[in-house]
Amino acid sequence: MKLPSIGENIMPRVSFGESLVELADDFPELVVLDADVCASTQTVFFRDAHPDRFFQMGIAENNMVSAAAGMSTLGYTPMVSTFAVFLAGRSLDQIRVSVAYPSLNVKLNGAYGGLPTGKAGATHSSVEDIAVMRCLPHMKVLVPGDPLETKLAVKLALETPGPVYLRTVRCPVPVVFGQNHHMELGKAAMLHDGQDIALISTGMMTPKALAAAEELGKQGIRVRHLHMGTIKPLDDQAVIEAARDCGHIVTVENHSVMGGLGGAVAETVTRYSPCRVTRMGFPDVFMESGDNESIFSKHEMNTSDIVSTIRKILA
Amino acid sequence: MADITHLKEQARQIRLLILKTIHNAGVGHTGGSLSEADILTALFFHIMNVNPEKPDMEGRDRFILSKGHATPGYYSTLAHRGFFSTELLDGFDSLGSILQGHPDMVKIPGVDMSSGSLGQGLSCGLGMSMAGRLRGLDFHTYVLIGDGESAEGQNWEAILYSGAANTRVSRLIAIVDYNDVQLASRTDEAVAMGDMAAKYRTMGWTALECDGHDMEDLVSTLEQARIKSEQGPVAVIAKTVKGKGVSFMEGRYQWHGKAPNDDEYEKAVLELSGGSK
Repeated sequence: MKLPSIGENIMPRVSFGESLVELADDFPELVVLDADVCASTQTVFFRDAHPDRFFQMGIAENNMVSAAAGMSTLGYTPMVSTFAVFLAGRSLDQIRVSVAYPSLNVKLNGAYGGLPTGKAGATHSSVEDIAVMRCLPHMKVLVPGDPLETKLAVKLALETPGPVYLRTVRCPVPVVFGQNHHMELGKAAMLHDGQDIALISTGMMTPKALAAAEELGKQGIRVRHLHMGTIKPLDDQAVIEAARDCGHIVTVENHSVMGGLGGAVAETVTRYSPCRVTRMGFPDVFMESGDNESIFSKHEMNTSDIVSTIRKILA
Repeated sequence: MADITHLKEQARQIRLLILKTIHNAGVGHTGGSLSEADILTALFFHIMNVNPEKPDMEGRDRFILSKGHATPGYYSTLAHRGFFSTELLDGFDSLGSILQGHPDMVKIPGVDMSSGSLGQGLSCGLGMSMAGRLRGLDFHTYVLIGDGESAEGQNWEAILYSGAANTRVSRLIAIVDYNDVQLASRTDEAVAMGDMAAKYRTMGWTALECDGHDMEDLVSTLEQARIKSEQGPVAVIAKTVKGKGVSFMEGRYQWHGKAPNDDEYEKAVLELSGGSK
């Protein structure tokens, strides 16, 4: 698998699409199912490379999910790919009953996760999918932080038995992980160590959070920055240590502040090691059309917002 | 050649097991289990290539109970066919039993797909059929769907896809247990399903119709369906009676999900044992 280099700006959806093709020989049971969005989610690369292993299911997500479940019973590893908002919304029941309950080996690519949907607005902005997926028994939830980790996450999903939800985003994201970066199920990556405050980020917010941690470092604030590439299973140990060592955790995610990374972290600390948790993400509102940066700014989810939030906490 | 007398006797014994199971548990879907009993008998005792000794054999025919609540019928059939002991039926629906209220493919030998939320089975069967083709296997996939359940939109997604000119689906057989009754009313008082065969045909399927309680008709129709399914998906619209076999249950939605009390159970057993109605 060809990994991108630090500093490159790549759409994770492209990394996702490329990795399916690159992994096709190593995973001969991989088949890909699409609901007419392959040109957007980038499974089009796989369609062109392996037409016999690609199934265009039409604009009918529910049938697609259950059909993938049926295919998996014969030993195939279906990658069901469509927009996150449709998987976690429209097809939740199919995922719950046909896939998660029997713990079938079906992988779900929730494309266009979070805000960046190309100005499509409320109906297409999936800011609840992590919350929905993580409360399904048997389901694992991967939210890679950059294009490089997206590729590792596809491989990890294919190697992990049972249902896995993988979230990929549309807009370009800078590569922040080096060639030696390792992605392990349920393990956080510590990007900065420190004890003044803990910053836990996931998905495409990790590059923004990393820049914030570096900026704060210049200002003399030592941030412990953890990247959570796996929301479920969560690295409870890393969260507990962050709570004990730092006393206050800030979470940042391209998702609602309800039920996603922030919710998962809050559940862990309230059980094992109570501490303050400040959750950054989208509030309890529907998204709207607009360019990505304007909406991220409106909801105070840029690097400068992370910096100022942490400075206020420590003031 | 099918031994029709033998099959009829198996169906009668399965009906007795259904009533015993539900009476024991004090709960269960009586009406739909009795309406599907002959269909399941024909499938598991004659039509399908299955082996209770090797429930997971690769080339076996697949069966999905899309109307997943009708488990007493399904479990009684599997047990009577030898997939597991009939004694397990005594634990139906109780804590710790493999026989959950709805089928669990992980726990129960012979169950090819978990189900319970209506409308998903045909899509799962479609996936099996697609995978079978890709694997180069020639098994058949049978999916049993209720008429009331047919109101679920996902069925029509699966029917549309399977019958489309470009998708080349084969060896997929949908069987509609057309018993006219659903949970809260007759089906034609809810969403009348009308001519189901015509609906399937419009969407590119071959559709056959039969009396779902006439074993000879049922067996010969299912045999035809199997042959025709080599060319494309086939629907068998089996006209049935909800609660079939017990006079006071027949055609009554009140028996959709109700267990007989001791008196009712005794009367039902008497009827099925050849006693007076």
